[in-house]
Amino acid sequence: MSEALVAAEAAGTGTEPVPAASGARQFWRRLRTQRAALVAAVVVALLVLVAVAAPLLTAIEGQDPTTYHPSLIDSARGGVPIGSFGGISGDHWLGVEPQTGRDLFARLVYGARVSLGVALAATVIQVFLGVVVGVAAALGTGWVDQLLSRLTDIFVALPLMIMSLALLAIVPASFPRPVLVTLVIGFTAWGNISKVVRAQTLTLKGLDYVSAARLSGWGTWRIARRELLPGLAAPVITYAAILVPVNISVEAALSFLGVGVKPPTPSSGQMLTAADVWYQAAPQYLLLPAGALFITVLALTVLGDGVRIALDPRAASRLSAGTGRKREARKEGTA
Amino acid sequence: MSLVQVTDLTVEFGDLKAVDGLSFTLEQGAALALVGESGSGKSTVASALLGLHNGTGARVGGAIEVAGTAVHEASDDELRRLRGAKAAMVFQDPLSSLDPYYAIGDQIAEVYRVHTRVSRRAARARAAEVLDRVGIADARRRSRSRPHEFSGGMRQRALIAMALACEPDLLIADEPTTALDVTVQAQILDLLHTLREETGMGLLLVTHDVGVAAESVDEVLVMRHGRVVEHGPVAEVLGSPVEAYTRGLLAAVPRVDAPRAASEAPAPADDAQDVTQEATDVDIVLEATGLRRELGRGKKAVTAVDDVSLTIRRGETLGVVGESGSGKTTLGRMLVGLLEPTGGEVRYDGHPRVGVNPAVQMVFQDPVSSLNPRRSVGESIADPLRARGERDERKIRGRVSELLERVGLEGAHYDRYPHEFSGGQRQRVGIARALAADPRVIVCDEPVSALDVTTQAQVVALLGELQRELGLALVFVAHDLAVVRQVSDRVAVMRRGRIVESGSADEVYDNPQDPYTKQLLAAVPALDPQVAARRRAARRELAAA
Amino acid sequence: MSGFGGFLLRRLVGAVITLLAISVLVYVVFYATPGNVAQITCGPRCSPEQVRQVAEQLKLDDPLYLRYWHFLVGLIAGQDYSTGTSVAHCSAPCLGLSYQSDQQVLDIILAKLPVSLSLVLGAMVLWLILGVGTGVLSAWRRGRFTERLLTGLTLAGWATPVFVIGLVLMIVVCGELRLLPFPQYVRLTDDPEQWAWNLLLPWLSLALIEAAAFARMTRASMLETLAEDHIRTFRAYGVAERTIVVRHALRGALAPVIALNANNVGSAIGGAVLTETLFGLPGIGQELVHAVNVVDLPVVVGMVLVIGFFVVLANAVADVLYAVADRRVVLT
Repeated sequence: MSEALVAAEAAGTGTEPVPAASGARQFWRRLRTQRAALVAAVVVALLVLVAVAAPLLTAIEGQDPTTYHPSLIDSARGGVPIGSFGGISGDHWLGVEPQTGRDLFARLVYGARVSLGVALAATVIQVFLGVVVGVAAALGTGWVDQLLSRLTDIFVALPLMIMSLALLAIVPASFPRPVLVTLVIGFTAWGNISKVVRAQTLTLKGLDYVSAARLSGWGTWRIARRELLPGLAAPVITYAAILVPVNISVEAALSFLGVGVKPPTPSSGQMLTAADVWYQAAPQYLLLPAGALFITVLALTVLGDGVRIALDPRAASRLSAGTGRKREARKEGTA
Repeated sequence: MSLVQVTDLTVEFGDLKAVDGLSFTLEQGAALALVGESGSGKSTVASALLGLHNGTGARVGGAIEVAGTAVHEASDDELRRLRGAKAAMVFQDPLSSLDPYYAIGDQIAEVYRVHTRVSRRAARARAAEVLDRVGIADARRRSRSRPHEFSGGMRQRALIAMALACEPDLLIADEPTTALDVTVQAQILDLLHTLREETGMGLLLVTHDVGVAAESVDEVLVMRHGRVVEHGPVAEVLGSPVEAYTRGLLAAVPRVDAPRAASEAPAPADDAQDVTQEATDVDIVLEATGLRRELGRGKKAVTAVDDVSLTIRRGETLGVVGESGSGKTTLGRMLVGLLEPTGGEVRYDGHPRVGVNPAVQMVFQDPVSSLNPRRSVGESIADPLRARGERDERKIRGRVSELLERVGLEGAHYDRYPHEFSGGQRQRVGIARALAADPRVIVCDEPVSALDVTTQAQVVALLGELQRELGLALVFVAHDLAVVRQVSDRVAVMRRGRIVESGSADEVYDNPQDPYTKQLLAAVPALDPQVAARRRAARRELAAA
Repeated sequence: MSGFGGFLLRRLVGAVITLLAISVLVYVVFYATPGNVAQITCGPRCSPEQVRQVAEQLKLDDPLYLRYWHFLVGLIAGQDYSTGTSVAHCSAPCLGLSYQSDQQVLDIILAKLPVSLSLVLGAMVLWLILGVGTGVLSAWRRGRFTERLLTGLTLAGWATPVFVIGLVLMIVVCGELRLLPFPQYVRLTDDPEQWAWNLLLPWLSLALIEAAAFARMTRASMLETLAEDHIRTFRAYGVAERTIVVRHALRGALAPVIALNANNVGSAIGGAVLTETLFGLPGIGQELVHAVNVVDLPVVVGMVLVIGFFVVLANAVADVLYAVADRRVVLT
């Protein structure tokens, strides 16, 4: 949920070129050496699998996320599920939702789908916008850069939550909600990645091999494509890896507030809206969505950290004493 | 008791043995230089003397005794008492070695108070005192400035002042002048010399520059791969070296007083023309007239190049030499077309040229950033060919292999990546790439300054060969006067954006006219201690003048 | 100090420009979108007659730039909305009229602002202390158990959405352990002690997330600073490790991190919305959610502008603080 950390990661990574041995093989090798990241990767893979296989899983269980089961809840007591532990049974593996009687397992599983889908799609939008604006600002003339940078600053200044909330207000309810949430998140939070891309492009632009390409006779577009974009891959991937869990948190938060994905479409955040009321009767109603969110964001964050270290090993190694860094001899002025 | 006694020192970082069984002694008040190329382990030895490897994960073996403290088995407290008080270290990069947030005087005072019990006021007074001692004018006021407000040379003086504060017995200087201009370097070395005379301090100097060693020390220890190669009095080791490596090293050092291997160079006509004179010579390939360029905007604008005119002829090498801020790099980039001049023009083959022209190529300074790390070297070299429209893969490969072999690598290296090559090899790749465009002029922007001295010599020799073979015109931009002498037919000396002197290499070097040129030449470190002493005297004269 | 004065001026001008740009963007996005602006503004319960009145008051027939101009003028000098029969006055700075609740947007916001300010500022103090402390400690004690514990906690803290922490805290502390009653807002001026006690849980929920982010930033910055050359210099002169950390490393490590605190403020405002909703605190965040749900456009727009103002302010303050800490920034 913290744009602050996202921005901080931006400030730290990606503004120096990675000249050393980098290549896909190196990257995978380094990633494999980090156990925490590997575990996280497995967890993430499982989550994605669950999300993708949602229809299959619910078919096995024999339920679906939207059907009401009024018989399973006790409306006399305000909608508490009948049976112990919130109505767990062979038919309903994790019980049912209070008040509506909808199957909890199905809702969780489909909710994961919505979460991941929205987060991933929003990340793609943010990356695309960030790269386009960042590269244009870095390569453009002075006033183009000023204009685009100012624009980026505005979007960075407006907090994601607030803008999302506000935008969600004005769009008519007929527009499909998950798509809307995706678009809103995507179009409001691209500012930070754009700054990272701009900084990195500026650095790359000054490197000698780009000058050499110019001397060979290549034009600007060709150089941008062949020399600059590959150099952007590392910081962009690093940043995107952090954006995904942030976007998941945001979607959950918006649903929690009731302005995001609306029922009947399921979402973990939505389920938590009333969890403080129902947790006594059905503790899993709080624990499961909260746990699901926590594990998802945690796994993605750890994986993101691992990706960052694999792409730039210097981020991991910090000498602790005395030796400092070697520098190229630089020339200074007169005494 | 010796000031420093090192016995069988080994330092290992993981698998790498940086120092392998080194032993030497340094007596009170004596001066020793540790000379070696990069990777020889010399800096590691210097850090080990103060126990700076403790806690870094490095394994240190052997015995180290410095000013009575057994460093290899000392406790933290003992080490702290040693550091700064009995033995002090001066580092290479003065800007990053000082805390940017505090005034220089305060930093020196802090260090002083670590080892003596005095009041803050007394410590600050001491700081001003040592700053004055190292030649900083108006020391009391300047001691309140922050590091970024000082120039590079002043900062290095301030570091030396910090080292002097507690009057140590030993001064360890790790590449103290590498980041400085040659005139400033000379001043710092002179300062060290004077201080030694005044205080009787011992000096351990770590440097890759043999000339610097010759200027300042009594004994030289040549290191290679962590081991001693040769060790003895300076005149002996530098004058009549015994080991093959030492001999090779010394032979590779360019000398400012030896002319270019004349027999191979197309001798310039005896009427060595002034570089700025315009000739309607059919041989003129590149010509610059009244070039001007400003950098920065508004009040912060600086004129990097101010009314510079040059002619470059086919088959000759023009050396452009200057210190930092002289504008030589900006000039180089304008000649190549990477930078547009704000005044004046560049003509190629008689026609005014705007922008880039593949016939005028460049070899860059930094072997790390001059090659795209994600592309194989073969592809990098093939770039100019592809840009020209060449499509036939076999032709491309053939030509690239040819070029690779021409620069001393193998055709089979086509598919290797830059990180698999050394710095010198990468520079060769850069040269091959420049050649791929079939240029007539190559501007070399500090092509060897990031290389070790032996590698330097090889690359310089390569450039000379290629020039003779292909009839290329070369513009060699560099700050190292000796290297420029070795390669150039004609030389232009730049200062603050202008050419202050130009002519044939022999003329300019043997008989300089401009006071700045004289100053530059007097500052170059000499390999012979007697010559060094003479130059020092000459410098004192010039400074007093 | 002309350098510093010039720097301040440049930042101030930049902030004003950004604010203006934000106001343009917000106005265009919200009032130029397709859909019946008047209808939305008036609300779902308005009759067509009322909608027409609103359209007149908002001068919806005028071209967009003219409307924006009026809006801007109203922001500075106040505005009068007139129809044929009635005049509604909106005092400066005029953020519009809420037709649904029949109040000036400004009044609505001002009423709720103290709550949100209490929440965010109090949480900021907490997260700064916790975050910096944790970050510095875990960098200093690198490799030891303390560091691993702290890093793990920080990670867990960052990964948990704000409202989940709030929920869990509320349930555990108020529901199960009954250490505190469920929070209810008490005004600072009425009873400072109760004010603090009631805000304790909301402060904690909001601060923990931001503290975690801050701790990670501080730790990374501290580690980087400790590896720098000038630290090595002082070690080589025998300065004690503790002095090095506190006197030399801290400032360099914290300066950039404090500058990034502005981002923290931004995300904290978002988190405040969640926290207010969760704990039922009558602040701006809760009001915004309500306004979004009933689609009260003027309130929504007004809130966005006010919040944008505070974020730009936070950024400007952070920039100035950074410059004070590190004079070299003034040269940029």
